[in-house]
Amino acid sequence: MISFSVNRQRVNLDVDPSTPLLWVLRDNLGLTGTKYGCGMAQCGACTVHLNGEAVRSCVAPVSRAAGKEVTTIEGLSPDVSHPLQRAWIAEDVPQCGYCQSGQLMSAAVLLREKPRPSDDEIDQAMTGNICRCGTYPRIRKAIHRAADMMSTGEAK
Amino acid sequence: MSTLQMERREFLRFSVAASGGLLIGLYLPGASKLVAAEERSASVFMPNAFLRIGTDERVTVIVNHSEMGQGVYTALPMLLAEELDADWDKIAYESALVDSKYNHPVFGMQITGGSSSVWSGFEQYRNAGAAARAMLIAAAAQQWNADAPSLRTESGAVLDGRNRKLTYGQLAKAAAKMTPPAKVTLKDPRAFKLIGKPIKRLDTPEKISGKAVFGIDVRNPGMLTAVVARAPVFGGKVKSFDDSHARNMPGVRKIVAVPSGVAVVADSFWQAKVARDAVRIDWDEGEMHAFSTSQMMQQFREQAKSPGTSVRRDGDPDGALAKAAHKIEAVYEVPYLSHLMMEPLNCAVDLREDSCEIWTGTQFQTVDRAAAAKAAGLPNEKVQIHTTFLGGGFGRRATPQSDFVVEAVHVAKAAGVPVKVVWTREDDMQGGWYRPAFLHAIVGGVDASGNPVSWRSRLVGQSIMTGTMFESMMMKGKEYDPASVEGVDDLPYEIPNLAVESHQAKVGVPVQWWRSVGHSHTGFATECFIDELAALANKDSYQFRRALLTKHPRHLAVLDLAAQKAGWGKPLPKGRGRGIAVHFAFESYNAQVAEVSVTDGKVRVHRIVSAVDCGHYVNPGIIAAQLEGGAIFGASAALYQELTFENGRLQQTNFHTFPVMRMNECPEIETHIVESNDKSGGIGEPGVPCTAPAIANAVFGATGKRIRKLPIRMTEAV
Repeated sequence: MISFSVNRQRVNLDVDPSTPLLWVLRDNLGLTGTKYGCGMAQCGACTVHLNGEAVRSCVAPVSRAAGKEVTTIEGLSPDVSHPLQRAWIAEDVPQCGYCQSGQLMSAAVLLREKPRPSDDEIDQAMTGNICRCGTYPRIRKAIHRAADMMSTGEAK
Repeated sequence: MSTLQMERREFLRFSVAASGGLLIGLYLPGASKLVAAEERSASVFMPNAFLRIGTDERVTVIVNHSEMGQGVYTALPMLLAEELDADWDKIAYESALVDSKYNHPVFGMQITGGSSSVWSGFEQYRNAGAAARAMLIAAAAQQWNADAPSLRTESGAVLDGRNRKLTYGQLAKAAAKMTPPAKVTLKDPRAFKLIGKPIKRLDTPEKISGKAVFGIDVRNPGMLTAVVARAPVFGGKVKSFDDSHARNMPGVRKIVAVPSGVAVVADSFWQAKVARDAVRIDWDEGEMHAFSTSQMMQQFREQAKSPGTSVRRDGDPDGALAKAAHKIEAVYEVPYLSHLMMEPLNCAVDLREDSCEIWTGTQFQTVDRAAAAKAAGLPNEKVQIHTTFLGGGFGRRATPQSDFVVEAVHVAKAAGVPVKVVWTREDDMQGGWYRPAFLHAIVGGVDASGNPVSWRSRLVGQSIMTGTMFESMMMKGKEYDPASVEGVDDLPYEIPNLAVESHQAKVGVPVQWWRSVGHSHTGFATECFIDELAALANKDSYQFRRALLTKHPRHLAVLDLAAQKAGWGKPLPKGRGRGIAVHFAFESYNAQVAEVSVTDGKVRVHRIVSAVDCGHYVNPGIIAAQLEGGAIFGASAALYQELTFENGRLQQTNFHTFPVMRMNECPEIETHIVESNDKSGGIGEPGVPCTAPAIANAVFGATGKRIRKLPIRMTEAV
């Protein structure tokens, strides 16, 4: 039995501890907002927060989550109100949308650590997240916009 | 559609929910806007197949094209809402089931492709909105005992001369009893309130909250997950397999043979995947066991030395070449490419004795349904497809053979349970249906004043039509595939002696359309070669093109716009170069200027300026996004991507060996749209073809070296 919290809810699961966290989230817990893209930490579509750090859940065995707090896209905000989500809407970022959960989860850690990130810092934080539709220019703008919102106290 | 028919449709939905289990509606795209059953039962007015209006004021637009990133869940509702005079805040969207009512008005089947969703829906969706509006007005006229022409509509309501108001929701029940108009009058474009505005996409909230349901996210009660072991070589077959270890692994329910290989069905993806990898299979590798792309390209080079099937011949290209003052010959090569959608292929199937329900992200509903019906042994009408969101398509999800759908039906049939087949990234990349590799050998010459006098293009590559149901339709008895030569057979430059020839290569690698199809390689070869001719003539490559395009004002307009916005001719920092390209594809005109530098053999793209004329446009925000994405898609192919085979086996497996441009490599991209009242053209694909040649020509600007092979490797530059 492995127990941890997901989006502030306690879960106890009887799963093979070597199962990647991604598939436990998707198949056992039904949290399908976290996506599978590569299975080898190449694309970032599966990014979640583990005790606040961005991790690629496709290569993190669920045993790594034991006793810790996992946050997924479903837990980023209850009502699409996170400054990043509002900035994503304002910049019309998503195209197909498949990678966007991972993009947002990576960006959320970036903004927590660097409230006013430079373009280089955005590059460093976001380069592990692939977008095949090519939304990078808008992601960059949206991160700057969210940073502005947060610094001017617009954030909820 | 009458309310009675609508009820039948509703009944179908609920009967699905009853047989398939808990709330199928939850798992349909657009569900977050539509999930509540009470919301759905409130929809009482369905004047035609494209919309429903509920007493709750909700206007649900049923979209007959698949949402794969290109914004059809916003652009098509805009068309309908415009003519309906709907309140945009009350608009919801829903994907259409498979039905001939939803056929593409030009292609005659339900399909999303050819950058055609908006232009093909331009009148279809406006007509649907206008018809509904007429019925709502008729209902209000009846209620007020007024003349219909004295009434007007705005923002989801009918108003009379005294400003009395009835909302569409209030009128919905009465409107359902009105006769649909035989003919509608569409708005004068000058009166458009929505069309032409950068309206925000409706699907963004779903896509940033984890709620959007892609095919891979479909979860129906009782449905198991399957992962399939497929042949390592195209055309290979299972000789025998040993699943003695795999079948005892945790969660494994069934292991079954299917035509494409061996399917492991388990409780979850990971269990199925681990057990799939543990099945030992002896393969008959077939004819492709020794296939190698390097050998194939060598054969292509040999083939290009002899004349091919004539596609176009103006004047006397050989005679003119012989007399040319300066000549140049160049051989351009491009590799096989994977579509590499972020969401790997998948398909969920619930096969019953007399029904087959399918959930998948497909671009090709009509064809998939027919193929699934055949595989299931059922008539077409017993098969239904629920189109989910597509995590990218780029052409891969419109496969004439419906490979991923047919396979899933076979797995469901063999396993006897509802099943979702999920492909790993490696499975997806190795699964075929690539952009074909191509070789273009071009010779050309200019006269003493630098005017081009001769051009001969000879192409060698596989046809994407041969062997498909589209062969007779597309090839029309021709000995070449129009999709192989599109973009060079209509070369716009004024060159008096011109030949285009095609060699159709027969190779056992499955190929098909990839975002921008033939233009993806003809754009590269022709726009690089015209640049080489300009250099041969010792002329500026932008001005050289301009002089040859005097009869093509729309080409000229985008070329001028891109050049002007990019500051063509202005000094650049040391080490940087600019390159330009212009191309017509999918009824739209695009020009791009790229700015690059090359350091230690590595090309860095700093800036791309892209200008488009796509005719009368609907949503400039979405157009800008498609141009940005198209340039990045084109740049990924130009800089990084190549599929190669040795011993019949694909050498690339995942993003580390088939890279995609990343944030830190992404250039600044500027987009510009030409104002136009011409017929609407495409936008999903036209922004791709110019990127590779603009970058290659910019490399020449920066280094004086020519790029003739993609992906760009400076060691191969000439």
